[in-house]
Amino acid sequence: MRAIHRKLMRDLWQIKGQVVAIAAVIGVGVMLFIAYISTFDSLRGTQQAYYDRYRFAEVFASLERGPNHLGQEIAEIPGVSNVATRVVSDVTLDVPGMDEPITGRLVSVPERREGMLNDLVLRQGRHLDPTRQDEVVVIEGFALAHGLTPGSTLSALINGRQRELEVVGVALSPEFVYTIRPGALMPDHARYGVLWMNHRALATAFDMEGGFNDLALGLTRGASEQEVIARVDRLLEPYGGLGAYPRTLQTSHWYLDNELKQLEGMGFFVPSIFLSVAAFLLNIALTRIISVQREQIAALKALGYTNAEVGWHYTLWSLTVSGLGGALGTVLGYQLGQVYIQLYNEYFRFPFLAFEMSPRVIVGALLISLAAGLVGAWSSVRRAVSLPPAEAMRPEPPADFRRSFLERIGLARFLSQPARIVLRNLGRRPLRTLASVVGIAFSGGLLIIGFFLSDSIVELMDVQFNVIQRQDITVSFVQPRSRQAFHELTRLPGVTAVEAARNVPVRLRFEQHSRQTSITGVQDGADLQRVVDTAFESITLPSEGLVLSAKLAEILGASVGDTLFLEVLEGARPVREAVISALVDEYMGMSVYMHIDALRAMMREGSNLTGAYLAVDPGFQGVLYEHLKTLPAVAGVALTSAAVAAFNNQMEQMMGWFILFNILFASVITIGVVYNAARIALSERSHELASMRVLGYTRGEISAILLGELTLVTLAAIPLGWVFGYAQSAWMVSGFETELYRFPLVITPASYAWSALVVLLASILSGLLVRRKLDHLDLVEVLKTKE
Amino acid sequence: MNVDAELVFQAQGITKVYPMGEFDVHALRGIDLELRESELVVLLGPSGSGKSTLLNILGGLDVPTDGRVLYRGGELTAADDARLTQYRRHHVGFVFQFYNLIPSLTARENVALVTEIAPDPMTPEEALDLVGLADRMDHFPAQLSGGQQQRVAIARAIAKRPDVLLCDEPTGALDISTGMLVLEAIETVNRDLGTTTAVITHNAAISAMSDRVISLLDGRIHSVEHNTSKASPQDLNW
Repeated sequence: MRAIHRKLMRDLWQIKGQVVAIAAVIGVGVMLFIAYISTFDSLRGTQQAYYDRYRFAEVFASLERGPNHLGQEIAEIPGVSNVATRVVSDVTLDVPGMDEPITGRLVSVPERREGMLNDLVLRQGRHLDPTRQDEVVVIEGFALAHGLTPGSTLSALINGRQRELEVVGVALSPEFVYTIRPGALMPDHARYGVLWMNHRALATAFDMEGGFNDLALGLTRGASEQEVIARVDRLLEPYGGLGAYPRTLQTSHWYLDNELKQLEGMGFFVPSIFLSVAAFLLNIALTRIISVQREQIAALKALGYTNAEVGWHYTLWSLTVSGLGGALGTVLGYQLGQVYIQLYNEYFRFPFLAFEMSPRVIVGALLISLAAGLVGAWSSVRRAVSLPPAEAMRPEPPADFRRSFLERIGLARFLSQPARIVLRNLGRRPLRTLASVVGIAFSGGLLIIGFFLSDSIVELMDVQFNVIQRQDITVSFVQPRSRQAFHELTRLPGVTAVEAARNVPVRLRFEQHSRQTSITGVQDGADLQRVVDTAFESITLPSEGLVLSAKLAEILGASVGDTLFLEVLEGARPVREAVISALVDEYMGMSVYMHIDALRAMMREGSNLTGAYLAVDPGFQGVLYEHLKTLPAVAGVALTSAAVAAFNNQMEQMMGWFILFNILFASVITIGVVYNAARIALSERSHELASMRVLGYTRGEISAILLGELTLVTLAAIPLGWVFGYAQSAWMVSGFETELYRFPLVITPASYAWSALVVLLASILSGLLVRRKLDHLDLVEVLKTKE
Repeated sequence: MNVDAELVFQAQGITKVYPMGEFDVHALRGIDLELRESELVVLLGPSGSGKSTLLNILGGLDVPTDGRVLYRGGELTAADDARLTQYRRHHVGFVFQFYNLIPSLTARENVALVTEIAPDPMTPEEALDLVGLADRMDHFPAQLSGGQQQRVAIARAIAKRPDVLLCDEPTGALDISTGMLVLEAIETVNRDLGTTTAVITHNAAISAMSDRVISLLDGRIHSVEHNTSKASPQDLNW
């Protein structure tokens, strides 16, 4: 090894603490980059391979009932390569070992499976025997949640009749990578499952012989999706078509794609915070080294080393640290990526999902870490290069100090000499002080983001389940029922209150914009399912007109007073007009509300209902569930408590880890910044502090000077961190906002306090590390060396 | 003085002015100087007389404000930074008052720092042997005495077989006996390798070992004396 490289290694070894601190910040950045981007790559690759191999459809539609020849007509639409006509229906399931009623989605499978769109991936057992009427294949998540294996049985309430079904296989499908019950917030494999049945058996059971109620289409390469959708809609209209939609709006795909987008965004955003902090730390550390080695630089130049060689020597210093961080991050990123993939395997179910770290990502990671090294080295190396050797031979002129701001405004007499030293030191390098403050504030901000996500979700849940949906159970009917059904529900055991639900599927049109949704009828004095304003006060709906969620109004480009066209997507499919009478600001969904009487008047019907909201006496739960499972009119039963539990369960798992990681990573930044600042302050000031010790100052007193500076920097960083955290949270709110939900921008005082506490603790920890060095300051040695 | 010996340095009318805020500091006020092959010259003067500035200019570490310096007929004062670096790299050996060793490198490695970039160097071991430090090669600077450190610096300066050896107060930070060892090393190099050597000092006693003594005062050459008989360092009267 060349002598100059030995010098590099030994120089690095001498400040190994700082090297480790900086490399750790880079390491975390690179680790997150690798983990996020590789997970993204792995998921994206798997998704595409899965979709291709199992022929995931590209256009979907459901309708009331279409004859089989309609499928033939659709197949002739230019651009359509493949048509699957299916029977799909939600039913109530009764699975051994579970009291609560469960919603199952039955999906028909054609007799000849070859070339089938949304094909099944058999995981256990066998495919359906086309001659058997009582066989089902169940989706893996559901099978795992209930311990179902080939040979298990379960019963389903199919079109009013209780049927025993035999599980013959366990499978996955590209259509249900993310299996979530419509309208639910989180997947709940125990309470919602997909079951595949023979087409003939299912058609018979639902009086659909010779027909279908659901469509999936494959398209030819280059076909216009929009045109196909328009034509399908036209063909389906007489048969109660609910509007065809492209793959991008298919539930499972939408969630998966959204997750991928977030993952990719995080993969660039979060590492960039770490790498910019690291570049800043490298810059400070290297600037200090170059100033300490001023005379060594002069000697090297006098010995004939070129500027390029000297510059490269110090650049290499920075690159070694960042390369070390990059290598460390790559190894850790590989580990973390595997953990991420495990987590994703819980929520998205693929037949094959392996973590893959492509060479491209590794090269990218090393490049960005080296780039951070170069950026960090740039200005300080330039200083080393431009230092004239003759001038560098002379010791650096004494630093230029001035009275601090507090002294200048006349507060000098309140400040002790040590306090003046602290203030003047901070004031001498205002940019560096500011950068330290900003660096620590970043970590405070990062912590706030972590806490914000959980605060926000708690708020979301609170609003959703304690303010808006206060029912214990939501019952939905197969078809709109008369008042009679309402009375039947009130008589069920344990039911303490019932509110009628009337939902009408519609397509809203305003000028060139349209959206498919459903109108929720709300009765006066509704206490279970309510409409609330931004102050969470229950609002009474006007007797006429529509109340839209602000988000939906924004999408349609409409506001209060505008008239919308409503195409009703059920029954006789009338087209009506209605005026927007108010907007409501909501976190979730694209709701449209109408007074239930106005809705019924518009539909020209009596007191029909499509479901009901129930409040239940908890003591009667078991009995009530038994009854609900046997009610033929009931298509689905959703339990609020189960939804909340599923949600909390998942959140605790995910947020727990997320927050822990966040605290860890933010601490790495804080310790990195504070430790680095402290080491540099110590190096710059050991001479002066040793002189003060000689004058009789105690260890505690000189520590106070050094650590006092860090304390001020940390204290200034904490509120700035709050501001950063708030701004970044606000940015995330708008970034993560979808048509389905948005996060409320809520950060509790506890979160601010936690963020401050973690920053403070990390700061104290690094202060203690430096304090140990200070205690071992060798007075004689320090005074002998000239600075 | 051997007037037939080839001219190594030729300086004509060198001035050096440092602008220091409101007033200028005149470090050199017109110096004319010649140095010949194998000569050992002592530049004598009190602090502030401009001798370090002169040495830095001869060594290509600094450039004069005015005047010309010729090195073997080539004009140093016309060279750019890159050519000055090459000049230092191939022709000049420097010894500084405070040694300027790299503290993180051992004696051998400090010398290797130079042998690795010079075209025709001796080995670090040879160089250290020449200054009598063969048994201290793997010590770090902090493990060596001041005199030993300075001898490492001399070994480092001569390892490239330089054409000129420039020493800036080489004994300035040393006591008499260690200073003597250092001067012996310099004399050895001058005598055995024939390296043109310039030694800066404020200690008049050292002038006795030189071929020529050039006294500087206030940025000007005050006097030039030729030594007919050179004294050896042991015989210097400190």
